[in-house]
Amino acid sequence: MTDVATPESSPGATAGEGEPLLLQGDSITKSFGGLVAVDDVSFSIPRRSIVSIIGPNGAGKTTFFNMLTGLYRPTQGRITFDGRNITGRRPDKITAGGMARTFQNIRLFATMSALENVMVGQHTRMKAGLFGSIFRAPWVKHEEERVRDVGREMLAYVGLADDQFEQMAVNLSYGDQRRVEIARALASGPKLLLLDEPTAGMNPQESARLTEFMHKMRDEKDLTILLIEHDMQVVMGVSERITVLDHGQKIAEGKPDEVRANPRVIEAYLGKQGDKEAPDGDDPEREES
Amino acid sequence: MSVVAERFNRHPNLFIALGFIALGLMFPFFFDSGAGQMQTAVQALAYVAMALGLNLIVGFAGLLDLGYVAFYALGAYTMGWLGSGFFSEAGGGDGLHILVSGQITALPGVHVNFLLVIVAAVIVTTIAGMLIGLPTLRLRGDYIAIVTLAFGEIVGRIAINGDEITVNGTPLTAGRQGITPVDKIKLPGLDQFQALDLRPWYFVALAIVVVVLIVNFRLRDSRLGRAWVAMREDEVAAASMGVPLVKTKLLAYGTGAAFGGVSGAFLASFLNTVNADQFQFSFSIFILAMIILGGLASIWGTVVGAIALSIINFYLIPEVFKNAPQKIGLNFDLTELSFGIFGFLLVIMMVLRPEGLIPERRRKIELHEGVGPTSGVGKTVVEAKG
Repeated sequence: MTDVATPESSPGATAGEGEPLLLQGDSITKSFGGLVAVDDVSFSIPRRSIVSIIGPNGAGKTTFFNMLTGLYRPTQGRITFDGRNITGRRPDKITAGGMARTFQNIRLFATMSALENVMVGQHTRMKAGLFGSIFRAPWVKHEEERVRDVGREMLAYVGLADDQFEQMAVNLSYGDQRRVEIARALASGPKLLLLDEPTAGMNPQESARLTEFMHKMRDEKDLTILLIEHDMQVVMGVSERITVLDHGQKIAEGKPDEVRANPRVIEAYLGKQGDKEAPDGDDPEREES
Repeated sequence: MSVVAERFNRHPNLFIALGFIALGLMFPFFFDSGAGQMQTAVQALAYVAMALGLNLIVGFAGLLDLGYVAFYALGAYTMGWLGSGFFSEAGGGDGLHILVSGQITALPGVHVNFLLVIVAAVIVTTIAGMLIGLPTLRLRGDYIAIVTLAFGEIVGRIAINGDEITVNGTPLTAGRQGITPVDKIKLPGLDQFQALDLRPWYFVALAIVVVVLIVNFRLRDSRLGRAWVAMREDEVAAASMGVPLVKTKLLAYGTGAAFGGVSGAFLASFLNTVNADQFQFSFSIFILAMIILGGLASIWGTVVGAIALSIINFYLIPEVFKNAPQKIGLNFDLTELSFGIFGFLLVIMMVLRPEGLIPERRRKIELHEGVGPTSGVGKTVVEAKG
């Protein structure tokens, strides 16, 4: 994995905490026809941090993710990842550059086994092409074995039972599917892991375990994690910084305590005439639209 | 004994393949070398190779291609152009001869060694496959089918009207008259093949099928094969996991087309003609029906489907049951009903066993258990295929 950051951009490559920035977005805007889904959002993530994006439904969080991972091209603005300008790059290039994601509605390859799913995750870390595969040169065989081993390792790491490895993704339990999705993302060897509502559909115990696991991944895999999350327990427990989006605009940013106390955030979550209770504890937006 | 059993469990396909090849090698010795059954068998093998090529596009990568006949046509015309007297003005009327020997060197026209023609056919069809892939890159499901269908029709129309398309006074094709005769296969160390001695043809066709099978199996269990299936299941997720969609799709189109080209070149030489009437839309459907009958995405299923439909088309309908209508007092030619019979078979198949004769395990699950909760956009692709 190449780690040579071409310093073509990244002005002021250090954040407040002194860690260098891994991801930086400058005035990112995305409009679909007349609808402005993300409006002039600037944003940065220091290396080895865990950052959350929260906001009511339709705030533009997933659109924001899709721009980072290359599924959408920003209408305006610039995204710098690991020192490189990745604005509007192809998703597979961005993945190769070290960004991996999971999806809000799990999107595994349904009829492939758990292991095969994770092997696809390593696509950008493999070299075998058409002719290499047809003639199955020794190095191709070794590569296959290596990828298989890494796949098993990743599945074990996320806590999937051995006997589930060869199960088809579609037959796995919901929790296991979430696990496999994270394993598949990890398999691509990312620097930045994007998790889109990883605790959706989990009970509080499972969410707590995932929170713990996020810390573990960050420390052991040297990861930076960006997550979209609705469960405030998780958000407040895991995030070092929180960005709040509402109607496509960034309305607040900062440490969990600061965000919790921010009147605009409270307003966005509870409405203007709502009472003064902070939006932690129960999550009003749990149900997905 | 247990060693054999263990090996079988580890490489079942290898053992099935060895059995298949052994059967294939024995087959011609049960029949006279000029028998009708041999003729059927050679064509069936050529169709197996084509069906395997189309299966790679439709079955593995999930790109519904209804214009596969185009690759048959291009392969056949490559053979026709490079191995017949069609370009009679070539070489100032003396002919152009590349690595050929024997009486052919005295004939006018272009005559190129068969192995080189095969290489040329692979190159031409691979490029054509990728070209037809380009406009479909942003499309999904049914829309891909429509574009590829149009491409097949375009090639077919050009073939029919090619006798009036001239370049420097030379027509492009011979239209419905056909380019004939086409050079018989001549392999190094062997005599030129004869029209009435079908065993050599049969063994060449078998060799082509074996090569195509090996390529199919190896690709299926490779990085590329996994990428194809991933793309078929969910394009967005595949791209997000690092699969380059454009390249991966074009490789599917190109590789699948190449098999059609090889097979087409072989058939041109075997049938001794390259006739525009061979390249009709119904041929694409014929090959697609083989795959669906056998089991979409299943390699052995495709082989069985192709053999079954070939036998029905070339042997059962025109020979065995030829007189069936007369026997029940009707007066029509059963071959006119061929496509009706295929359609009927497909309907029966869809009702009784929609996953095909030898289903691929993935398809079986899709059809019997639903695609389940992990499928997002991929589902529309699957639906479009069915």
